[in-house]
Amino acid sequence: MLAFVLTAHSSPKNSAEPGYDHSMALSLILSMVVNDDPVCEAVSESRSLLEFLREDLNLTGTKHGCDVGDCGACTVMVDDKPRLACITLAADCESRDVRTIEGISDQGQAHRIQQALNQYVAAQCGYCTPGIVMSLMALQKTTPSPSQEQIIDSLAANICRCTGYTKILAAARDALMDKADP
Amino acid sequence: MTGGKPKVNSNSGENPAGGGIVGRGGHGKIDGLSKITGQAKFTDDIKLPRMAHAKVLRSPHAHAKILSIDASKALQMPGVLDVLTGTDIPIRYGPIPVARDETALAIDKVRYVGEPVVAVAATTEAIAWEAARQIQIEYEVLPGIFSIQDALDTTKPLIHDQARKPSNVLRRVKRQFGDVDAAFQSADLVLEERYNYPGSTHVPLEPHSALAEPSPDGTLTLWSSTQNPHQLHQDLARVLGMSPSKIRIIKPAVGAGYGGKCDMFVTEVCASVFARRLARPIRFSLEREEVFYAHRGRHPTEMILKMSMTQQGKITAVDLQAWADGGAYSSYGVATAYYLGALLTLPYQLDNYRFTAQRLYTNKPPCGPKRGHGVVQSRFAFEVHLDRMAQKLGLSSVAVRRANLIKEGSTTINNLVVPSFGLPECIDRVLAASSYDDKKGRMPAGRGIGMAVSAYICGASHPIHANDMPHSGVQVKLDRSGIVTIFSGTADIGQGSSHMLATIISERLGIRPDLCRIVEGDTDLTPVDLGSYSSRVTFMAGNAALQAADSLRDLILSAVASSLDVPIASLSAKDGWISAGEQRVSWRQAVVIAESVHGTLSATGSYRPKKTGSRFLRSTIGGSPAYSFTAQVAEVTIDPDTGIMKIDKIWCAHDLGRVLHPEIAEGQVEGGVYMGVGEALTEEQAYRNGVLVAPSILEYRIPTIHETPDITSILIESHDPGGPFGAKEVGEGPQLPTVPAIANAIEDAVGVWMTQPPFTPEKIHRAIVAANRKMA
Repeated sequence: MLAFVLTAHSSPKNSAEPGYDHSMALSLILSMVVNDDPVCEAVSESRSLLEFLREDLNLTGTKHGCDVGDCGACTVMVDDKPRLACITLAADCESRDVRTIEGISDQGQAHRIQQALNQYVAAQCGYCTPGIVMSLMALQKTTPSPSQEQIIDSLAANICRCTGYTKILAAARDALMDKADP
Repeated sequence: MTGGKPKVNSNSGENPAGGGIVGRGGHGKIDGLSKITGQAKFTDDIKLPRMAHAKVLRSPHAHAKILSIDASKALQMPGVLDVLTGTDIPIRYGPIPVARDETALAIDKVRYVGEPVVAVAATTEAIAWEAARQIQIEYEVLPGIFSIQDALDTTKPLIHDQARKPSNVLRRVKRQFGDVDAAFQSADLVLEERYNYPGSTHVPLEPHSALAEPSPDGTLTLWSSTQNPHQLHQDLARVLGMSPSKIRIIKPAVGAGYGGKCDMFVTEVCASVFARRLARPIRFSLEREEVFYAHRGRHPTEMILKMSMTQQGKITAVDLQAWADGGAYSSYGVATAYYLGALLTLPYQLDNYRFTAQRLYTNKPPCGPKRGHGVVQSRFAFEVHLDRMAQKLGLSSVAVRRANLIKEGSTTINNLVVPSFGLPECIDRVLAASSYDDKKGRMPAGRGIGMAVSAYICGASHPIHANDMPHSGVQVKLDRSGIVTIFSGTADIGQGSSHMLATIISERLGIRPDLCRIVEGDTDLTPVDLGSYSSRVTFMAGNAALQAADSLRDLILSAVASSLDVPIASLSAKDGWISAGEQRVSWRQAVVIAESVHGTLSATGSYRPKKTGSRFLRSTIGGSPAYSFTAQVAEVTIDPDTGIMKIDKIWCAHDLGRVLHPEIAEGQVEGGVYMGVGEALTEEQAYRNGVLVAPSILEYRIPTIHETPDITSILIESHDPGGPFGAKEVGEGPQLPTVPAIANAIEDAVGVWMTQPPFTPEKIHRAIVAANRKMA
């Protein structure tokens, strides 16, 4: 259930229309599960999931690259599906399960997708990398043994400006594809 | 795409230190996992108590006088803290001392759409945005200068009327070597053609960000997404009127630069000024659209190239005229003017060469250094031109290339000295890998293959600010746990310079690289390195690291030698052991022994290149301690009915001197080729009457994984005598031949010479239609 609250202390972020009365901004009491932790926070109705994660929860591993869904750096999983956090409203994640790059370690160890990306040096500047990891994590949820085409399609919304995708693809193949099926 | 499992074995080639680390891969890089797990902190990820935010209002006009600025409404808004205009920060700056023409906020007039005019600080970003929009600015619009032709027209208005020599030409360069006109007269074939290379921009995924924190003792700390912490340190101190001793620059993780974060930006200046005025931390991060206005990308360049050859394909003379459309401020534009011509004397033997270039001001965001700074444009023209002339002579363009190559150890006509030269092997390997000879001219209709080669610098022999100090310094400190802390002013922006330092030092100490901790890019803590530009870091910081490691190694080995009572020369350091035959001590024991003998263990190293070139010839630009070389083959498929091109595959062989880490080096090759693919396919920083056409990632059209071809990288080791373990650059060179190799492949596929990237379906189709009409 969404709780709507009128508050004088809501964040005016994204309520930047001229003449907007900040004292009357509509806030929601939002509850969801983020990286297995229950979270309950008051947020403005227009707060993006990206702002919510980075600024309210301090989960800065999810990156801010464009704010309009063009680059994929902010990819997270909502109920195991890849979502661009910058064009998803935090309010739309009420009662959902949100997972970010901070929440995918395997008992303290980097996930095997991350280990492969590391071994292949598939992260150069690393700014796109959390988004790439989350896209591959989401692929793995639906398709445990994907084909190369499926891997490529899963990364189609993630821009990497450093690597030419070559090492990313090689690492993803190594981590995800059935070894008997090259 | 290719890319087998990383090899864990040592690379081929002798290993002077015997540490077994140089050339070994398969273990990632030392800062890899922090980025892959989201743990690495970028500037925009850092939060400080009481941190406020800054935003700017930008000009809607390309060229206009500022008549008045009224910020009273903004200042009354709750949460708004302060407002700055240009006159608050009046000291002009720019990276090249002779061309300081920029202020953080426009003073008296604006010179491009998107130029920052007023800055606002507020408690939140949203309030700062909203306040900026409440500011009233009255402008008197002036006629704009939008083209090279306009900039050359002396009847047009001046963009910088305060300049000493009023002109819209920032810099004219003319160089002549040999007798070009006589050579043209006696040549068997002379060809003159026009080429037009468009502007493009870096699009680092991390938007520029700066965070300034003042301290009560009057010092200021600035975290910034910069490629050049040292230069930012100096420039910021000048503009703030502060001593550099009062400013600390910290470069956190940086979401890449490709040249786009070399300059000092409005973010850094305004965050610092606000922080001092308000006595609280200020963060200023750009939005994506603003990154397109910050620009400093590739200069759109018009070129007329004239070249002569003998019947046998020997190049007898080259004349290049170039005009670079630089935008509203100089940035590194003076250097660009020289780079457009300085490296064309490699890798072919030129005896007669003339080069003229003009770098111009226009009312557009400033151009600057983008990967392959100034060299990409003329290399494109030259490599396509060479193929055209070979075709006219009925010769193979590969044979013409080979016949004209310089020799290792030679000095070019403009005084560039080439200590190592692996290009012949690059050519052999790339042709063999691509089956070029079997394919050229023999592929089915619509398919084609092309090649191109290039050369690039490994840093500049002369620093931007002339002085006799090192270009790079490294300090190494040992802990009793065996941990080695490396302090370096280098700026790792993703290219892997931190791992490069760890590789070189761990090789000499015989330990694993993951025993190294890196403290880099912090002006309070690290010795100066000039920055991540000109592909200088591996060569220069690498040499400094090697010197520091050797000093430390001497301390350790001398102490262990006494302790074991063996000669120093009998000791080796490998796999975490210092050994002499059967006798050995662990690295950690060795550190304890050495500290007991020598006291606290640390060492420094520094590097300054030998002065090459001569002031008389003004060959300071282009002079470098070594040069990298690249050969590339591209294969394309084109639908002649639509002009739609698919780049099927690119093979790139790059002479990097010595492989320090195979996957990092391959990644630089792949990334360089990829950036070239973008410039060949779609990318263009285009304007309509000074208004940017595509200020978003979607509209600018960066290649996604779908458009990116299969890239095969081949690393060639020429063992440069001056490089650390023989290593040279790999960060920029691989981009240079990509676009001309693709253009030459297009000709092989559909028989048209493309002279203006990007090679869009419209342009290819138009060229095919024009060629068909000519045939008919």
